Amino acid sequence: MTTTGSPSIPSGTAFGAAAAATPGLSPLCIAGRSVASRLFVGTGKYASFDLMRRSLEASRCDVVTVAVRRERLFNDRGESLLDHLDLARYTILPNTAGCFSAEDAIRVARLGRELLDQAGNPGASWVKLEVLGDKKTLLPDPVGTLEACRELVADGFSVLVYTSDDPIIAERLKGCGAASVMPAGSPIGSGQGILNPNNIVLCLERLKAGDPTFPVIVDAGVGSASDVASAMELGADGVLLNTAIAHARDPVMMAHAMRRACEAGRQSYLAGRIPKRLYATASSPWEGTISYIPGE
Amino acid sequence: MLGFDPYDFRMQVKINGEPKDVPDGQTLEGLLRSLSLHDKPCAAEVNRRLVPRRDREGVVLRSGDVVELVTLVGGG
Repeated sequence: MTTTGSPSIPSGTAFGAAAAATPGLSPLCIAGRSVASRLFVGTGKYASFDLMRRSLEASRCDVVTVAVRRERLFNDRGESLLDHLDLARYTILPNTAGCFSAEDAIRVARLGRELLDQAGNPGASWVKLEVLGDKKTLLPDPVGTLEACRELVADGFSVLVYTSDDPIIAERLKGCGAASVMPAGSPIGSGQGILNPNNIVLCLERLKAGDPTFPVIVDAGVGSASDVASAMELGADGVLLNTAIAHARDPVMMAHAMRRACEAGRQSYLAGRIPKRLYATASSPWEGTISYIPGE
Repeated sequence: MLGFDPYDFRMQVKINGEPKDVPDGQTLEGLLRSLSLHDKPCAAEVNRRLVPRRDREGVVLRSGDVVELVTLVGGG
């Protein structure tokens, strides 16, 4: 189902050695940057930093998300995430996860920017905005999200905003100046996949109307590689996930599968799927059959 | 009896939710040094306002200040 029009396959947009073997895979332009991989991967919940590092590598992602948390001052500080992330390689996208008000999300966004400024990372002016409404469902608070989005845009942030799959609120967020709108496939970490593909299509249709390059990323809910492919086949510009890799039995292998699924889904979308039909259409010609055909 | 030691020039601030005694006139930079965080990836807030690294030396803490010191951790 591709209701956002059938884009032409970009020609000659070679990037990296794999481009020739994988036609159609153009980089994604988002918040003034061009990224080769359309898979955005989180850094949470890995059993070890080494496993995280190898999984990120296998995913071939360019953008990784991180969270902002208190320093552990009074107990053992242990290893730091930044010791295990190649800051020259990845664009670090700090999130506002755990914030339940616009005010807190804005504070956390500014703290994240300060940290990435110190590290000299291009993600410094980016924020993955989350304003949550409820700890159990982790569903976004649409009012708080809008409020925070507006203020962060005014403060110079490129806001990549997590939202529900409601096309109306998605459009309002774009209207606030979000650099990317990121509707959820299903609740964060639930692994339920894309629960309402029609709503994702409606989000894409509305957000891309007259603005086909506006980046829309499906964020949250992915459970398996086929979920990533499904999101990309709907016409999403990218997919953001964390738990589906970090908690897979073999995260590195799953990361590899996610990468392939993202590419396959993108190509499938660009190539243009056939319409669904109720009845069969034979792939072999009827002409010249020597058999008895019922009803003829 | 004064009920307090007039020669103990210390005050209490809250750091990451925990009360902590720091010397009177302590700067934010001084606090970060005392915690060995001054040259680590660390962002600081005093009373819910971000203090950029370059301004830390000029921020003198006052009794009752609420300080948050944060870093980046794994997240989705």
